[in-house]
Amino acid sequence: MVKALLAELELRKGELQGQVVETIYLGGGTPSLLGDEELTAILDTVYKNYSVTEDPEITLEANPDDLTNKRINALSNSLVNRLSIGIQSFFEDDLKNMNRAHNAQEAKDCLALASRYFDNITIDLIYGIPNMSLNKWQENLEIAFGFGVNHISSYALTVEPKTALDTFIKKGTFQPIDESLALQHFNYLVDRTAEEGFIHYEISNFGKPGYFSKHNTSYWQGKPYVGIGPSAHSFHGTKRSWNVANNSKYVKAIQGNELPSTMEVLTTTDLYNEYIMTGLRTIWGVSLDKLEGDFGILYKQHALKASKKYLEKGLLSISCDLDENQKPIEKLVTTQKGKFLVDGIASELFMI
Amino acid sequence: MNYICKLSQGINSFMKNIRNFCIIAHIDHGKSTLADRLLDFTGSVTDREKQDQLLDNMDLERERGITIKSHAIQMEYTHKGEQYILNLIDTPGHVDFSYEVSRSIAACEGALLIVDAAQSIQAQTISNLYLALENDLEIIPILNKVDLPSANPEEVTDDIVDLLGCDPEEVIHASGKTGFGVDNILEAVIERIPAPKGNPDEPLQALIFDSVYNPFRGVETYFRVINGSIKKNQEIKFIATGKNYYADEVGTLKLKQFPRQEIKAGDVGYVITGIKEAKEVKVGDTITDAKNPTKNAVSGFEDVKPMVFAGIYPVDTEDYEELRASMEKLQLNDASLIFSPESSAALGFGFRCGFLGMLHMEIIQERLEREFDMTVITTVPNVSYHAFTKKDPDEIIIVNNPSDLPDPSGLDRVEEPYIKATIITKADFVGNVMSLCIEKRGMITNQTYLTTDRVELNFDMPLAEIVFDFYDRLKTVSKGYASFDYHPIGMKSSKLVRVDILLNAQPVDALSALIHADNAQYIGKRMCEKLKELIPRQQFDIPIQAAIGAKIISRETIKALRKDVTAKCYGGDISRKRKLLEKQKKGKKRMRQVGNVEIPQQAFMAVLKLND
Ligand SMILES: Nc1nc2c(ncn2[C@@H]2O[C@H](COP(=O)(O)OP(=O)(O)O)[C@@H](O)[C@H]2O)c(=O)[nH]1
Ligand SMILES: [Mg+2]
Repeated sequence: MVKALLAELELRKGELQGQVVETIYLGGGTPSLLGDEELTAILDTVYKNYSVTEDPEITLEANPDDLTNKRINALSNSLVNRLSIGIQSFFEDDLKNMNRAHNAQEAKDCLALASRYFDNITIDLIYGIPNMSLNKWQENLEIAFGFGVNHISSYALTVEPKTALDTFIKKGTFQPIDESLALQHFNYLVDRTAEEGFIHYEISNFGKPGYFSKHNTSYWQGKPYVGIGPSAHSFHGTKRSWNVANNSKYVKAIQGNELPSTMEVLTTTDLYNEYIMTGLRTIWGVSLDKLEGDFGILYKQHALKASKKYLEKGLLSISCDLDENQKPIEKLVTTQKGKFLVDGIASELFMI
Repeated sequence: MNYICKLSQGINSFMKNIRNFCIIAHIDHGKSTLADRLLDFTGSVTDREKQDQLLDNMDLERERGITIKSHAIQMEYTHKGEQYILNLIDTPGHVDFSYEVSRSIAACEGALLIVDAAQSIQAQTISNLYLALENDLEIIPILNKVDLPSANPEEVTDDIVDLLGCDPEEVIHASGKTGFGVDNILEAVIERIPAPKGNPDEPLQALIFDSVYNPFRGVETYFRVINGSIKKNQEIKFIATGKNYYADEVGTLKLKQFPRQEIKAGDVGYVITGIKEAKEVKVGDTITDAKNPTKNAVSGFEDVKPMVFAGIYPVDTEDYEELRASMEKLQLNDASLIFSPESSAALGFGFRCGFLGMLHMEIIQERLEREFDMTVITTVPNVSYHAFTKKDPDEIIIVNNPSDLPDPSGLDRVEEPYIKATIITKADFVGNVMSLCIEKRGMITNQTYLTTDRVELNFDMPLAEIVFDFYDRLKTVSKGYASFDYHPIGMKSSKLVRVDILLNAQPVDALSALIHADNAQYIGKRMCEKLKELIPRQQFDIPIQAAIGAKIISRETIKALRKDVTAKCYGGDISRKRKLLEKQKKGKKRMRQVGNVEIPQQAFMAVLKLND
């Protein structure tokens, strides 16, 4: 597999056409399988075939059970400068319920250790787990703050159809998700992280100034990216492509010097819809000037008309910033009250 | 003397070489495919014209693989050195169109009875066979699809022999797929089906068995001349409607129309008279000469009566006029659709429509969407009831709409239409089918073992029960091994109540349904549950109640939506999520705002599928 990843990196070196790589993200299950040398090989291949900026953000995603003492040590000597750790919870029963491989102690130990070597650490935390009292959620957050993390990605537990959790809930062995509880946790999360100096810059992401995920922010701002590996997505302005999900099909194709990917060309409407969807999730919102400039007056009018009822209900608001030239820019943003309903709102603003 | 004799001989020899036949079968047993093969084999289509299901020329027919309209075509075939004219009529298989089938049958002397060699005899095989026998048709049994690995030729031949009392040798083995046996079929058509009888010298008497709307030329009327002949420019009269026309063009139906000067007794053809509305051409009506009319209309004419009624409303109230125009256009080529304006407190202005049955209703709805780009809401369908009030117990009040039912306090009695249902199933499923029919208020009248494994069951049942979720459940309880057919047998007294639905404490008239009193409690409960499933959650709680009069019989609540947000939205999630939200938005286009609740289109039909 690693060989295939390296080969794909080489195969696609022309794709960025000299654009500078600003961030590298090693995620999606692979990093825990990578040996130290393999990691080095991957990063070396990137550097060899692409032009990388002077101070790139290089994130590695890992679970606490992968981050042994030795591993963290090795990582600190690599080019990786940001760790994303899938903590999920600092409590044993939650971890069991979510079928996690690590336990509560491992979560704390690894975070303690990692924060000695890394300044830029983000952790995942899950809330809205049935039976999780507000108290316990509060404690989870306090523990995280205690380790001095500068970034938190926090997700409400969602039950995807046909997963183990879904079956448990249907069978009655697990309590169904309580949306009001999740909302309560979310509101607390937003307030408490703000007190700690975090900025809620995307629905699920909280970072102190200077610690936002540059990589993820690029996704929401429509920057181009190259995704390597099975089922990885790539994006270039109006073209999105994705590799086959099947591992062996992927490896086989790459061995034959072929990129097993499917591409779609996004129409103006697709791009508009994506901008609405991602914009409403972030503090940068949906710029009315950009709507008019990039998509045209009809799109802007459509968005304004469709947002009317949400503006009235206080789920959306129009705020006004000054740009670098002190020119006012108006943008549509989701209010605190609207955030938990943002999918439905975005869908209503879509153009079909 | 001599001269006359010669002449009639000449005419006889013309009729002698005509064969008029139809294809009858249970749905999917292969009528249309076999018709294609007959056309190929007789060279009636060129290679360029060839395509599957050639006669099913409506998009909907091709896509769904069903025949909705009858189709007629003339073929020529030389047999033993003599040239024959073969007029073939492909008929719809579905019970909704059984009247049309009966008129096509009446236009023929023979029928190819097709039986699928894997499926054997099914309900419509039998009902269509009876229709053919009533009309004294020569039946040519055909064992079709013998190429199928699952074909069961011996057993199915036995079934056919049992059914018809014919000789096993008379059953022709064939495959519409491979073309096997087509020559034998053509030979049998010529040798076994009698030539038409009729007198070309009598006044014109022709049976209308179909009509097709042509936007440029008006209605094309398809007929079979029984006696006399029809000539270009002749003044003709349609007996049932009493209207006179000039035959601007007459001709025979090849793949394209083929104008002629005259169509004589025994033959099949079309006439164009400049009629602009399908309504004026009634299937089953008789065409005669306007000046020298026949004394006898062809028997069997009926004004087709709609069996099922439902409201059709535009999703967007502004589209009412456009919907009217579309319905009018649709009616031009489907005379069996009837409609009149009605209004609903919940849905505004729309139409109460009458359909031949549930398939017909579906077809109309679908044609409105694809041919006219109209998104519509169809309300809960109901049959036509007769209500009588205490004040005037002899006067029939026709109830085609739940809101027409008189107030229970003044109601004397209600009658509902009954049907005789024929169900053929495997012996294993008899118990299940019986339970279903009894649950549906059916009374078993007959049970016959066709073979040791196949049973024919007859029930008297309220038609209303067929409308409500019958086909799907029959399929389920019989694992697909049941076929079904019915015909109306009149009105019987009934205990009927109107179940109303309230959303947010507001009655939504378009969701009201007429239901037998004994089932009302249960159906009211299921309706609430079903609506809870179908109406998307909104930002507030929505109580759903079912009520009979002022009495609430059931209640559910759609909980407010508190969380509607995707946790992760990175890389590949973005396009996945966009597509999902786009789909959601499309779905919303089909929703109707009633009060402050958005109701999806399909919720209005929810009561039909309470068991899904
Ligand atoms: N194997 C096989 N399939 C057939 C044959 N005749 C028809 N079919 C298939 O059976 C289905 C129904 O055929 P169709 O002609 O539409 O039936 P109709 O509803 O009676 O007109 C179609 O999928 C046909 O392709 C046959 O002789 N052999
Ligand atoms: Mg057909």
